[in-house]
Amino acid sequence: MFVDLSDRQWLWCAAGFYLVGFLLGTASIVRGGRIHGIPIYLTILAGYLLQFIGLGVRGHATGGCPLGNEFEIFQFTAWSAISLYLVIGVTFRSSVLGYFTSCLGAALTIMSLSIPAWDAVRRTHIFGGNPWIELHAALAIFSYGVFGLLALTSTLFLFRHFSIKSKRLGGWFSFLPSIRDLDHIEVRLLGAGTALLTLALLFGSVYWLRDTANVGHFKLAATVAVWLVAAVAFGLRTAGRLLSKRFAWTCLVLFASALLSLGAVDESRHPVSKTVAQQMQ
Amino acid sequence: MSEPCLFVIGATHHNAPVEVREKLAVDSEAGLRQDLSSVGGLREIAVLNTCNRVEFYGVASDEAAADSVQAVYCARQKFEVGQFERIRIKLTGRDAALHLFEVASGLDSQLVGENEIFGQVKDAYAAAQASGSTGAVLNRLFQKAFQAAKHVRTNTGISSGRVSVANVAVDLATNIFGSLADAKVLVLGTGEIGEGTAKAFKSRGAEDLAVAGRRMERAAEVAGALGVGTVAFEERDAHIVSFDVVVCSTSAPTTILSTAAVAAAMKKRPARPLLLIDLAMPRDVEASAADLQNVFLYNLDDLAKIAETNRAAREAEIVRCRQLLSERAASLWEHIQRHLSSAPDPKAGSPGPAAVAAPQAEAPRTGT
Repeated sequence: MFVDLSDRQWLWCAAGFYLVGFLLGTASIVRGGRIHGIPIYLTILAGYLLQFIGLGVRGHATGGCPLGNEFEIFQFTAWSAISLYLVIGVTFRSSVLGYFTSCLGAALTIMSLSIPAWDAVRRTHIFGGNPWIELHAALAIFSYGVFGLLALTSTLFLFRHFSIKSKRLGGWFSFLPSIRDLDHIEVRLLGAGTALLTLALLFGSVYWLRDTANVGHFKLAATVAVWLVAAVAFGLRTAGRLLSKRFAWTCLVLFASALLSLGAVDESRHPVSKTVAQQMQ
Repeated sequence: MSEPCLFVIGATHHNAPVEVREKLAVDSEAGLRQDLSSVGGLREIAVLNTCNRVEFYGVASDEAAADSVQAVYCARQKFEVGQFERIRIKLTGRDAALHLFEVASGLDSQLVGENEIFGQVKDAYAAAQASGSTGAVLNRLFQKAFQAAKHVRTNTGISSGRVSVANVAVDLATNIFGSLADAKVLVLGTGEIGEGTAKAFKSRGAEDLAVAGRRMERAAEVAGALGVGTVAFEERDAHIVSFDVVVCSTSAPTTILSTAAVAAAMKKRPARPLLLIDLAMPRDVEASAADLQNVFLYNLDDLAKIAETNRAAREAEIVRCRQLLSERAASLWEHIQRHLSSAPDPKAGSPGPAAVAAPQAEAPRTGT
């Protein structure tokens, strides 16, 4: 029956919807027409709900926030980015942002589903039964999702900037939001992402101060480095010292560094592991 | 035996030059309707009267009624019938329906794809409907024409991109600033181009405009006409910092905005983009200003090139639009034919639609 789908099947369905959103937008661009925002938005919304169910099933089975391996982290990151898009997409009515979000959603979810090794083992009791650590992890990964959407917005900014500077305003460039709108979204997303990551680190630091031996230095250094990039970029942007293209490139570097830090975060966890199948039994 | 028919008769910019169209312009549509009420067999009538066309859409008991409408109209305008017949369009049945579809879609406009005609057709229909001179056929025809026009505008590129330099400049500003409601615009130069561009910005939502000219009295005159403020031309360098868009269109022999002046302004407002639109020849803005961060510089050639590209893109969409409209017109005509052959003449024997003569407000005569 439909409701008896496994968590991964729900997540495949979600990935399918994200892919459909991406293909709809691509088809519009290839035909030379405009990207229709509403169908893409609804497709992403459907994918988001399915992903929510899939992650819910996984979380219920594992008894906590599904952040126990690379597969779950990528899924949660995609879900976080799309959560933010669903709010921002309505506010800014940006069909191109929807197109790129569906692309990001499809890429992250399909990639994580297609690599069985990422979901072969999963760390259990990663939060040690401590809800604050669970909140720390959830907030940190959610902030990475925000940085994902920030990276998309920065990419759009760079495209828009290129189109205006190079005087190529036609074709799909004409569907891009304005420079100022994109800049505003970038600043807000960076601010929100930095605030979330700061909170996550604050919650995490309480645990770390009590049990310094149990937190890997590599993980600590990686997450603090990501936070520093975010905080410094936000500070410089607010002070008017990091602007336009340089700011957009910095945001892309921030997301790349966040993705790279995930390896360090995952490796530093307790090595207790079981297959997901074993846990689901 | 003659059959009831749908027809359109009139003159447009295609065959009637402006001096002829001036003579054909209807000054009192109420009076014209009064005259048309004497046309025998005329069941329904609507008049589309704009700067670029005068057209009569009618439904009559037979095709001869179209010639009677023409005779009444020419007599009223004191225009020779023979001359009118040389420049007129006269279409019946499916072709008449297709013509209205093309007109409402902007395909038949002088500036292909323009939007103003859609509102004008709507106004013409509303006026005819208010006077009671439309019936089942024209009601359906116009409503289908509006649907068809919306369809092609949404699904083709017939209306995409601006085709005048001033509007391209405004579009460019929206690409940078989004809504122009809070964008500050300074126009340097009070000639025709500067004034036209200022008008285009104002009409598209820019509320904070200022004008500066080498002749202060002329600047004040233009600013007064537009309802905007003025800035002293000599203090332009100091004022750039307060504006988001600077349009330059002076006839100065050398540049009036140096890169150094723009750079100095940007230092005080680094986070806000600055759009410089140089419509002057020779150029008003030093070209190297384009290299500054957050500064976007477009000159007359750049804008003209974009306008030309947009115009070509619209032209390329015409064939596709015609195909779409033709299918819809054929479908509608089948329906109308069935209606005309089955419905009895509601005013058989009466001279023209009763409500044609009802006096009513004039439809505006602007645009295409």
